[in-house]
Amino acid sequence: MTLTAARRTLLTPVVPASSFPHNPGSLLSVSDLTVDSVSRLLRRATELEGQDPVLRDRILAKRRIALLFYESSTRTRTSFELASKALGADTTLISSLSSSIEKGESLKDTGLTLRALGAEAIILRHNSSGAPWLLEEATRLPVINAGDGMHEHPTQALLDLRTVLAHLRPGIGEVGAETLAGVNVTIVGDILHSRVARSNMLLLPRLGAQVLLCGPKELLPEQAAGAGPGIAIERDFDSALRRSQIVMMLRIQAERLAGLQLDLDEYKASYQLTGQRLAEHSPTAVVLHPGPIIRGLEITAGVADGPQSAILEQVTNGVAIRMAVVERALAATAQGGVA
Amino acid sequence: MTALAILNGRLVDPAAGVDAAKDILLKDGRVAEIAGTGKLKSRNGAEILDASGLVVAPGLIDIHVHLREPGQGYKETIATGTAAAAAGGFTSVAAMPNTTPVNDSPEITRWMQAPERGAAVRVFPIAAATRASKGETITDFAALKAAGAVAVTDDGKPILKDSVMRETLAAAARAGLTVIQHAEDTRMTQGAAMNLGPMSFKLGLRGMPVEAESGLVERDIRLVGELRDAHPHLHVAHTSTAAALAAIRQARRNGLRVTCEVAPHHFLLTDEHVGFYDTHAKMNPPLRSAADRDAMIEGILDGVVDAIATDHAPHAMHEKEVEFEHAPNGIIGLETALGLCLRWLHSEWRMPLGRVLSLLSAQPAALLGLKGRGTLAAGSFADAVVFDPKAEWIYRATESKSKAKNTPFDGWTMQGKVRWTVSEGRVAYGSGQ
Repeated sequence: MTLTAARRTLLTPVVPASSFPHNPGSLLSVSDLTVDSVSRLLRRATELEGQDPVLRDRILAKRRIALLFYESSTRTRTSFELASKALGADTTLISSLSSSIEKGESLKDTGLTLRALGAEAIILRHNSSGAPWLLEEATRLPVINAGDGMHEHPTQALLDLRTVLAHLRPGIGEVGAETLAGVNVTIVGDILHSRVARSNMLLLPRLGAQVLLCGPKELLPEQAAGAGPGIAIERDFDSALRRSQIVMMLRIQAERLAGLQLDLDEYKASYQLTGQRLAEHSPTAVVLHPGPIIRGLEITAGVADGPQSAILEQVTNGVAIRMAVVERALAATAQGGVA
Repeated sequence: MTALAILNGRLVDPAAGVDAAKDILLKDGRVAEIAGTGKLKSRNGAEILDASGLVVAPGLIDIHVHLREPGQGYKETIATGTAAAAAGGFTSVAAMPNTTPVNDSPEITRWMQAPERGAAVRVFPIAAATRASKGETITDFAALKAAGAVAVTDDGKPILKDSVMRETLAAAARAGLTVIQHAEDTRMTQGAAMNLGPMSFKLGLRGMPVEAESGLVERDIRLVGELRDAHPHLHVAHTSTAAALAAIRQARRNGLRVTCEVAPHHFLLTDEHVGFYDTHAKMNPPLRSAADRDAMIEGILDGVVDAIATDHAPHAMHEKEVEFEHAPNGIIGLETALGLCLRWLHSEWRMPLGRVLSLLSAQPAALLGLKGRGTLAAGSFADAVVFDPKAEWIYRATESKSKAKNTPFDGWTMQGKVRWTVSEGRVAYGSGQ
């Protein structure tokens, strides 16, 4: 066994550094952003939100943005579209059901086709984790990840951050690594299948917050705690609630359960956010939910519509954040065209 | 057939216990004479390969390759796959049966070996253990063996049912064939695209648990134990987990004939190499954790691993340029195996050259009973590789002889440049003297 110990010190091949993102305008993962760039995006979101619409309309006048959506979406698609148009850009929507994707065209070929049609940036929603990386590799265009499979949803995490700051740090100008020190954010429910959870758990700790993940083993594997720093698992919802200033509820993603059987009554008993639970354990916490909400399952109607809910503020913040993200995407290639 | 003399080289033939300066005369496809440098008795008229400063070794043997013929010639053909083998120093390759149609018949087994296939080196078909590799009805092992099959497997898929695996082991023992198991309990790997662990969680991909491999290996070992009196030979393909290797080690201590192979990617890479969805790091079994990777290194160094096999799995470029979860499994490996083994096993981890070469020739030959292969003793097949053991070079996938370019080792530094590969007395790779 001494040999074993000796062999552990053997040199092994190094994992090469990532070459992504290829395009500085891309937003594939929240990890692509430094804390400074997060701060800049938040500031820009506020500036753009307050700007005269007529002036704002000139920022990306006639720039071409493609929205490529392989999954249905209400909030994300509409807010990206409104955000792009608010800056004057021309948008075109390609959805999997009304395009050549249905005929079997690959993501790579679809991306190259959009580029050839003059798209200067692509906003991609896709049901496969990692699809935005493939698209960026193929097109080298700025690619904005609008949700990839079970992986990430970076703009959702940014708009959630904006919502959190509005409640806990109102009026703050710049954010840094300590801005959310002492803040506990509990994310509850179907963590395994949630891209919103992954982006939030990677972003919020970088601003000093502690993320508590809460859910049953089937939906929250132990490996989740290893995803990054500042992440812990707390399976007791009430205990997590007592410690938290922010509670983020997640929908059970029935479409991704892949045969997994869940006892919904048991789930509701343990993890449903009810008015009583909230009043008892967390009477001042801010309640977030990325939507779509399934009323009566992960959250009761009373809580969703109640005074602690910031769910509709999240939606509104989405437009502001996405204006900043879209502007950033095209700013990088404003002079030189395709990078 | 003309004679070929390989002169002035250092002969490293672990099976014969030789590591010395020797001249070799090859004639009529066999090794005719071995003598000290300058001492061959008769080399009149022989074509001469000057191996000064080079190592001469038995041609390498890869017991796990996918040549894709019949039926998937757009990925690879027997001609292109064996050309890649020759370029990598291999003189024998054992071809897996997951072709289209599946090689479950003596006809296909013979078709693969026909001269019309244009093989550059010897191809030994491994036939399907069950009809169409569906895991239900076993094939005719005696007839397949008579047609040239050297083992049976359903590789790409496991033989999952206990009853079918038991029957396979028993029938193969009677026929004198090895059963090669692709150890994956597919009930635990539905929809999974990589190893289950922190990395799969982070990437939002479904993962294959270690137990999907080790559980099936343990089941198979139990069956081999129950059939002990019939002396079945179980060979575990592409072993990737510490738990499976531990089970194999224990089975051997218990006197069972259980062998295993490890692929270079499983002793070099981990699931971290998937990076951001690099489909060239997608294979089955998947790249595992660092602890599992370290266990593969340890198993190779301490001898529980019987062979290095590449699991050469060519795919067309467009098939790999898709969403990670939809990309086919596998990478090519024939042209990188020697360079990686010499660079890492030999130079970095100090495994003696003879032992490295044994894992790539003598041991796999013994494992599949390839008589007269894996050694250059007089009378054996004239299968040899001549390489510069010190030469470092950069592997470029674009220069591969394979039709496919799917490899995670593109741009890697290799050690040991193949100068000539000689298959049954013919120069199959390399030119100039």
